[in-house]
Amino acid sequence: MAAGPARNEIHLLERELELEMQAAQPRIPRLKWRRPFAFLVVILVILVLWEGVKLLGGTPWRAVGAGPGSPVLWNPPFRWAFANDLNLPHVWNIAYAMGQPFQRGKDVTLLQYLVGAALYTWREAVLGFFLGSLLGLGLASAFVHSRIAERAFVPYVIASQTIPIIALAPLIVFAMGQGVLAVVVIATYLTFFPVTIAMLRGLRSFDPRALELLRSYGASKVGVYTKLRFPASMPYLFTALKIAATAAIVGAIIGEDTGAIQEGLGRVITTFNQYYATGPEKLWAAIFVAALLGITFFLIVRVLEMVALRGRPGIDA
Amino acid sequence: MTGPAETQPVVRISGVDKVFSGRDRGQTVALQQIDLDIHAGEFVSLIGPSGCGKSTLLRVIGDLVQPTRGTVGVNGKTAEQARRDRDYGMVFQAPVLFDWRNVEDNVKLPLEILGKPKAWRAQRAREMLDLVELGDFTRHMPYQLSGGMQQRVAIARALSFEPRILLMDEPFGALDEMTRERMNDEVLRIWQQTRTTVVFVTHSIPEAVYLSSRVVVMSARPGRITRIVDVDLPRPRTDQSRETPRYFELITEVREALRAGGGDVDDSGLPSSARTMAEGAVG
Repeated sequence: MAAGPARNEIHLLERELELEMQAAQPRIPRLKWRRPFAFLVVILVILVLWEGVKLLGGTPWRAVGAGPGSPVLWNPPFRWAFANDLNLPHVWNIAYAMGQPFQRGKDVTLLQYLVGAALYTWREAVLGFFLGSLLGLGLASAFVHSRIAERAFVPYVIASQTIPIIALAPLIVFAMGQGVLAVVVIATYLTFFPVTIAMLRGLRSFDPRALELLRSYGASKVGVYTKLRFPASMPYLFTALKIAATAAIVGAIIGEDTGAIQEGLGRVITTFNQYYATGPEKLWAAIFVAALLGITFFLIVRVLEMVALRGRPGIDA
Repeated sequence: MTGPAETQPVVRISGVDKVFSGRDRGQTVALQQIDLDIHAGEFVSLIGPSGCGKSTLLRVIGDLVQPTRGTVGVNGKTAEQARRDRDYGMVFQAPVLFDWRNVEDNVKLPLEILGKPKAWRAQRAREMLDLVELGDFTRHMPYQLSGGMQQRVAIARALSFEPRILLMDEPFGALDEMTRERMNDEVLRIWQQTRTTVVFVTHSIPEAVYLSSRVVVMSARPGRITRIVDVDLPRPRTDQSRETPRYFELITEVREALRAGGGDVDDSGLPSSARTMAEGAVG
């Protein structure tokens, strides 16, 4: 009888001690090597599959960068149309093409040319990204403070995204005139949507008891927004920004194509598309650089996210 | 040192009714004809079964819920004015810490909203964290703390701007018994140090008796005050107070009052021997 409560107390003491000890040591986030490693493994697997398919059913293999007359190094047993050199060039030939002049007689390599174009596109995308994010944040902030505005405008926000951007892009170019501005507007148009929708939720994701607490301090609406709504919405904001980053690049490329901007990736992709038959590697190289641009932008936002959300539970930074 | 002072009451509740009208369930009378005066420096507990409106009454005092009828005066002002004047410090059952702020920044939160100078905020936060004995944890994030420690941060936060009245809504309900008893002593120590008026909602009879100057017993449906028990146990209260016959008599008194009101209340906090002792003290 006496042993019962005493043992119970010891158990409680132990538990408490354990908790206090856990609490006493701050958690240091461990660097995660596995993720970049896994990413590289996947790339390797894709490359092996790519060349494996060509090994079985591609065009006869020749030396890197060599013309049709050069000796055949390997004759694949099958002939599959999707795996021939026109539809699926060799990875090394794409790499080789990157090191060659992008046009006959020019002394700029394809890679330099593509990176230059990508940076140009990126500047437009970043502008659109910022404007779109601000617009989305502004709209969502207005909507969470006014049910009527939310009911009235959110259907139009959603409808805006059901119109294909390639149908809308020419109209924007007509309205704004050919130029960077139209491109930025198109990128903005694609980015404001995910931010608006995510923040409609995020700005309401706070603990209602926290609102009671702030009210008991006599906090104003501005105080509630800056101290509670906005910080509580940050995980939602960054999820949306990651989507917006890639959407902005897509928007900029489409905008450049429609608006006939010469310097960006959009134009480059169109041109290489037209001359695909004479140099398929060039289009593949352009696609590769465009993808890299999207990933880079995404990763920049991800790094900002890790910095901004540092120390929050459930965020592995 | 306790007991009603001869001055104006800090909180004067007169004729308060609160009716919640649900959309399809009709009306619920949460509070009916509540009259209560709370004096400066008092420690008043509100106790009653679930649904007796004790939390609602606390929120009515704190102007987080508006009464349907009746008035609440705080230091001669309306409850709303008192809230705007930052007379209230609130502590809820859950600590409600902001998980993107570290311990110190959580304590600073009300001071930021009050627009206090930066240096003063930092100094005040340190003082308050020392008061709740968390001075070594200022840079920790909330999730790194145990439940009891989080609740202590919430208390430090509530006290940081020196509110006249501390409103506590079952602050230790989620803690285990041992931590709860330690927190009770801590609250008493802080109360005595700061001379704040405390209104404390609980459903634990021993806790109410141990802490309070007065225990307000409520009953459910409709929520009303059935009895007010003056707790004349001497201060400072310690573990010894929990073993005096008077303590058990008071517990019995509160329990009888609750039973008369038709509620069932959690007295599991008491060891079974104490329960029979308390029963015996009356019978």
